[in-house]
Amino acid sequence: MTAPVLEVKGLRVHFALDEGVVRAVDGVSFTVEASQVVGIVGESGCGKSVTMKAALQIVEPPGRIVGGEILWRRDGGPAIDLAQLSPKGAAMRAIRGAEIALIPQEPMAAFSPVHTVGDQIVEALRLHERQWRPAGSPLSRGEARAMTVDLFKSVGISMPDQRVDAYPWQLSGGLRQRAMIAMALSCKPRLLIADEPTTAIDVTTQAQILNLLRDLQRRHGTAIVFITHDLGVIAQMARRVVVMYLGRVMEQGPVDRIFHAPAHPYTRALLKSIPSVHSTPRTLLPTITGSIPHPLGRPRGCPFHPRCPDAIPGVCTERVPALRPVSPEQLASCFLHSPDEAEPA
Amino acid sequence: MDAPALLDVRRLGKVFPIRRGFNRRVVGEVRAVDDVTFTIRQGETLGLVGESGCGKTTTARCILRAMAPTRGEILFHAADGRVVDLAPLSRAELRPLRPQIQMIFQDPFGSLNPRMTIFDNVGEPLLVNGLRDRRARIERVAALLELTGLRPEYLHRFPHAFSGGQRQRIGIARALATEPRLVVADEPVSALDVSVQAQVLNLLLELQQRLALTYLFVAHDLSVVRHISDRVAVMYVGQIVELASSVAVFGRPRHPYTAALMRAAPAPDPRAPSGDVALAGEVANPADPPPGCYFHPRCPFATDACRTERPVLREISGGHLVRCHRAEELTLTGADGADERGERR
Repeated sequence: MTAPVLEVKGLRVHFALDEGVVRAVDGVSFTVEASQVVGIVGESGCGKSVTMKAALQIVEPPGRIVGGEILWRRDGGPAIDLAQLSPKGAAMRAIRGAEIALIPQEPMAAFSPVHTVGDQIVEALRLHERQWRPAGSPLSRGEARAMTVDLFKSVGISMPDQRVDAYPWQLSGGLRQRAMIAMALSCKPRLLIADEPTTAIDVTTQAQILNLLRDLQRRHGTAIVFITHDLGVIAQMARRVVVMYLGRVMEQGPVDRIFHAPAHPYTRALLKSIPSVHSTPRTLLPTITGSIPHPLGRPRGCPFHPRCPDAIPGVCTERVPALRPVSPEQLASCFLHSPDEAEPA
Repeated sequence: MDAPALLDVRRLGKVFPIRRGFNRRVVGEVRAVDDVTFTIRQGETLGLVGESGCGKTTTARCILRAMAPTRGEILFHAADGRVVDLAPLSRAELRPLRPQIQMIFQDPFGSLNPRMTIFDNVGEPLLVNGLRDRRARIERVAALLELTGLRPEYLHRFPHAFSGGQRQRIGIARALATEPRLVVADEPVSALDVSVQAQVLNLLLELQQRLALTYLFVAHDLSVVRHISDRVAVMYVGQIVELASSVAVFGRPRHPYTAALMRAAPAPDPRAPSGDVALAGEVANPADPPPGCYFHPRCPFATDACRTERPVLREISGGHLVRCHRAEELTLTGADGADERGERR
């Protein structure tokens, strides 16, 4: 049984604003095994993006990691706590891009508009040469270009030798996202973080990109953390699902259990409220009452209790439930399942 | 027994010129809307779906006369019983009709004037249409807010105090201010969180019942469209490729593009078959569409006829229209994976 590639333990990321402290990530724990696809799903303000930005040490100030650990394991080596590394230090820069790569939400925002996509990928290859090619001679321009063309082919970009010299704004949304994936994979990372990679593209293009990611994951054995609000995408891509709400993990477990035997009231209510082939058209959908609280107005006790149909007065309103097993491989933060397990105050 | 028609769109066309150079000479044209014909009956919801660039939003804008179409007729059955063609009318001629056709916008953050109170935002259509008595307006706005599930006291507040879902309710209240007969909803829930989408969809359904509204519902999310529509029109590169009841379009599509869209949308169920067969290629360029059927380069069933002859939108069974040379021969899979025999593939 190999050790997990990424272990997040009790992570806390706070934003110190003029109006108060926003606890964007408030005690989050989950693991990612080698070659596994983990989906993190949640609505606005749940902290899913901030959690993974913390892993890459790219949380924007005034956000800061204030507690917890992010344990990263290289092949057979000891674990490094990424939360302790300096964001601009050499150690983090060696990991970012080479060992852990990011596919951001908006490819147009992530690419430089004044450089060709080819040049940007070559830059990544050169920067991390020591890591993906420790024993070779320095990368020549010809080699770098050839590698980039090959990468483009592997992600399904047509006419790769021409597209290498294109600027990002010359490419369609789908092609840009493929170029972004090529860049993310260029240095053969062990973990890929995909932050809402298909939100900005059409559904037929999305299907192509999801197929591509599945295929690449099978071929290279890359672990993927897939962040999205789209339950359909999660169902099709993830092996394990982490459901977040207001900075905490409400439930996590195998994808089939989460969808067919959800333990947490939030997960259950969320699944019931989405229109799908199972819901009857033109009838009222079961909704979650109320709305997501303002980040500065966090409820006392369990963050979901004001909207929970099963909240226990005096218990859920006072203490925060801890994440505990409810069935093999499935955990939930809920006093209904683990009445005595509260987070330490 | 069919309800009377409220809107008859016939052969609608909207062309945008492409200009180049200092003289801004016209070098080509984008056929954003290309020969669109459909009828919306009183009290029904027509869903208009398609991916980016298909022309659905331009169609909606032409109907609202936010822009003038290049060709075609927009026959509106007005409250006084007359049937008026909106397409050639001047601004002055449109004024008395505008209160009868209103719009709900996609972006809850951009569609309300941030420097006006809720009362000013929702009351503006009333003021513009002659209701000068402030007290009467306040009463009416308070009633509209209650109708959309908001507290009347909110009318003194500004938009920034509200969440996305609440702002969308305010936008709906504003759209209903002039008691319209037709409401054009342009992606009204796509910018909202999953749990809030259900609330707003429910509100739209309830309001339709109470106020006998007719909706043109433009969206790209198929499960939302399926949930709210009586009939659905599928658009591709400016043309309607399929038009039928929601049950027929989702259960047994007759156009290969519709079937591809159904397959591409990931189902929120890990046990559903995953779309391994994604549609190849990219969406056709509306400035330079392919010869013959616009969809043929991506169509797995294309024949020589498809490559050379433009198909017309024709009725293949009661109320089911398709733009495809091979509609009668093909057996396509619907949204829930069942084929025409009702068996899951």
